[in-house]
Amino acid sequence: MRKKVLTTPIKDEDLKDIRTGDLIYLTGTLVTCRDVAHRRLIEKGVPLPVDLKGNAIFHAGPIVRDNGNENYEIVSVGPTTSMRMEKFEKEFIAETGVKVIVGKGGMGKNTEEGCREHKALHVVFPAGNAVLAATKVERIKEVHWKDLGMPESLWVCEVKEFGPLIVSIDTEGSNVFEQNKVEFNKKKEEQYELISKQVGFIN
Amino acid sequence: MEKVQMNKKQEVEKMTDIISKFITLVSYKLPKDVETKLKELSAEETNPLAKIIYETMEENQKLASELKRPSCQDTGVLQYFVKCGDNFPLIGQLDNILKQSVYKSTKETPLRHNSVETFDEYNTGENIGNGSPSIFWEIEEDSDKVEIYTYMAGGGCTLPGTATVLMPGEGYEGVVKFVLDRMTTYGLNACPPLLVGVGIGTSVETAAMNSKKALMRPVGSKNTNENAAKMEKLLEDGINAIGLGPQGLKGSKSLMGVNVVNTARHPSTIGVAINTGCWSHRRGKITFDANLNYEIGTHEGVTL
Repeated sequence: MRKKVLTTPIKDEDLKDIRTGDLIYLTGTLVTCRDVAHRRLIEKGVPLPVDLKGNAIFHAGPIVRDNGNENYEIVSVGPTTSMRMEKFEKEFIAETGVKVIVGKGGMGKNTEEGCREHKALHVVFPAGNAVLAATKVERIKEVHWKDLGMPESLWVCEVKEFGPLIVSIDTEGSNVFEQNKVEFNKKKEEQYELISKQVGFIN
Repeated sequence: MEKVQMNKKQEVEKMTDIISKFITLVSYKLPKDVETKLKELSAEETNPLAKIIYETMEENQKLASELKRPSCQDTGVLQYFVKCGDNFPLIGQLDNILKQSVYKSTKETPLRHNSVETFDEYNTGENIGNGSPSIFWEIEEDSDKVEIYTYMAGGGCTLPGTATVLMPGEGYEGVVKFVLDRMTTYGLNACPPLLVGVGIGTSVETAAMNSKKALMRPVGSKNTNENAAKMEKLLEDGINAIGLGPQGLKGSKSLMGVNVVNTARHPSTIGVAINTGCWSHRRGKITFDANLNYEIGTHEGVTL
């Protein structure tokens, strides 16, 4: 397990030695981007109002305090289930040039291909740790698409050593969750055989 | 005992204020049973990555308590399970009190705006909406008290929820398969270590309700039926052995426990449902007497 701080803008060569299971921290620009934002860009063809090239996105819907005069403060922010964005992510990576996708849980074949072809990472921030994450956000620089409501708006955050981030898909397309799944399913079958012999309660 | 004469309007305001503050507390501090179990799981963990995740969780909960901020950004759609005495003075006002408490706490904590009107597909921006929060009622005879469970479940641990009706021929073996399959497909993304609620009954809605009630039962509690308790233990050990670990990234244990709640079934069916509670299991219990003196049953050493 190795620790590394990545700073945006991120280049392909910054990521080439990073492998699944590594721990990284992120400094620079991290933009919250989830269900509707993905759908708008990929399905509806609406251009994103923020340039993601070399930057990072966060599958997250934060709680934000509105201090007035376009001044906002992150109260709590943490990752949401990344798999919901699987349908769009490969094209999203190709279209935007995003380098790091921060989320929760695994992603599938599409994202693997996107990460391999365009040299990007999917990383996991341990979910539910939203106050810790909020304290790593230095400030909200901009907000876009506020019509989508607080969770779905694009909050452009400046972060410092944001993490721990656990690499789940690397630039070779290796996918730790997919590998784990094979092992989990095998063990599940063993457990089913074991337990089902002991629950014959209907005589 | 506090004895203050108040008119109904003042009483409603007082109760709304207390419940609103209680929701805020539940958003930043986990109940005692969950805190204790997480400590135990963290101490037992041997996988280095899983250990880092437990350390992150501990640091987060400490920060959340200090800063009084929601420990998880997804503060859910509030759910209430109410057991109300038939003589509780505000029985008729309670639905409104519970809804307004969510609104008030959303502004004051703040909580996330999690109420999207369906079909019209817009976020109300108030965290309340048509049928939201959800309130489930039970009436208690010859009582002037009310017992209220509040529950804040995010989208992540709501997603694995599922119910089906099995043929009796599939038996309890079918129940085991149904639960285990859900763990490896959806459970690992629902923020383990999980509390798994399994409901058994006749149909999908009875089983589903039972499975959610199971999540209100304390971590470490046992079903009073011997066979059901056996099933709880078998499933807990079995799911732990699959090795999902915290965040589904492998680890020694994957669960805080399995709670089964069961009711009688139709001879031709076995209704079964699963609900999962994430590690950040934000459940709280508060009881009021007729004078609105209250007692918090789930959190120790706290003031509202």
